[in-house]
Amino acid sequence: MQGLRNVSAPEIISARYADARPTLGICIGMQILFSDSDENGLHEGIGIWKSSVRKLEAPILPHMGWNTVQFKKESNLRNEIRPNPRYYFVHSYFVECNKQEDVFCSTDYGKEFVSGFEHDNIFGLQFHPEKSHKYGMELLANFCKI
Amino acid sequence: MAIEARIIPVLLLHKDGLYKTKQFNNPKYVGDPVNAVRIFNEKEVDELLILDIDCSKENKEPNYALIEEIVSEAFMPVGYGGGIASLEIAKKIFQLGVEKVIINSALSKNLNLLSEISSIYGAQAVVGCIDYKKSLLGGTKAYFTNASKKSNSTPLEWAKIIEKAGAGEIMLNAVDREGTYQGYDISLLKQIVKAVNIPVVVSGGANVNSDFDDAKQAGASGMAAGSMFIYQRPHNAVLISYPSNYFYN
Repeated sequence: MQGLRNVSAPEIISARYADARPTLGICIGMQILFSDSDENGLHEGIGIWKSSVRKLEAPILPHMGWNTVQFKKESNLRNEIRPNPRYYFVHSYFVECNKQEDVFCSTDYGKEFVSGFEHDNIFGLQFHPEKSHKYGMELLANFCKI
Repeated sequence: MAIEARIIPVLLLHKDGLYKTKQFNNPKYVGDPVNAVRIFNEKEVDELLILDIDCSKENKEPNYALIEEIVSEAFMPVGYGGGIASLEIAKKIFQLGVEKVIINSALSKNLNLLSEISSIYGAQAVVGCIDYKKSLLGGTKAYFTNASKKSNSTPLEWAKIIEKAGAGEIMLNAVDREGTYQGYDISLLKQIVKAVNIPVVVSGGANVNSDFDDAKQAGASGMAAGSMFIYQRPHNAVLISYPSNYFYN
């Protein structure tokens, strides 16, 4: 959090949130938007959402590689994307997002977890669209049009 | 769908060019690394590993400019190994856009490096590479620095040690099989997968696509290959190939 404060991240994100300006957090960039995380000790997050980041429960961690998602709501982010997309994941912690209406997509690994969320033009993706070939490129292209 | 095993080309840097070795010897020039990455990018590879085989041997830092050029071409995850001797060097590599660092030589002196890096960047960013081969006396051992320095541990013992020390993934590299097309060392792979709870990428000896099925069956999270993707047989002419979407069709 200190590192984020050093670059005024809480102020920047809050201002963007207040103006509903499109903002996309990727991987830990999504996780920092929530209240706290217990990866390597308890750390405070920016806290736009009052949920926590907790360790995945699965036989093998990190969750590393290509996996699929189940889309949970309509979104401009997934306009006209090709069928059966897959995305690159590399993480051990996930967001315990408890607001169903904000869940953009979920993924199964060990159990089902929230792999993307969306609320008022703030987006978060647990996977790496920038490392997911054409599948990721489509999402990023859609984000740029929002 | 459960997570799918990854098929991973391994590219070796030597004198800033792309080379291929056999059993860690006789590096042969195979082309321009940036061009090769561009081709692998078009083939939508699952992941790419780049190893600079000079850095640790010559005690020099990675070629940051070249790595940056390579990563800027890659729309897929990239791991880099070679000369990751300190946290500072790892930081510079991550800043270039590399997802994971692969560490071998430094672990002979400083096992703490794994946890130093994983406490800042997460365990998923740190790969411990086990190069192993038969020693003249005393069975199969893990080696360091281009397989020139022998450790006292078997690969199985070493796998448990580096998992405990903070590695988020193991690259299990059979030196004697590298570039020989004799298939992966499935029996050791099985033992290691059983002994650790982190992903294991098997490397050394890939020959045909069915080797990937065998390794996946044995519990590998990833299957690395060099010669198979770089050469066309029987004469080992340079021709890049990759079984795109192999596990997705």
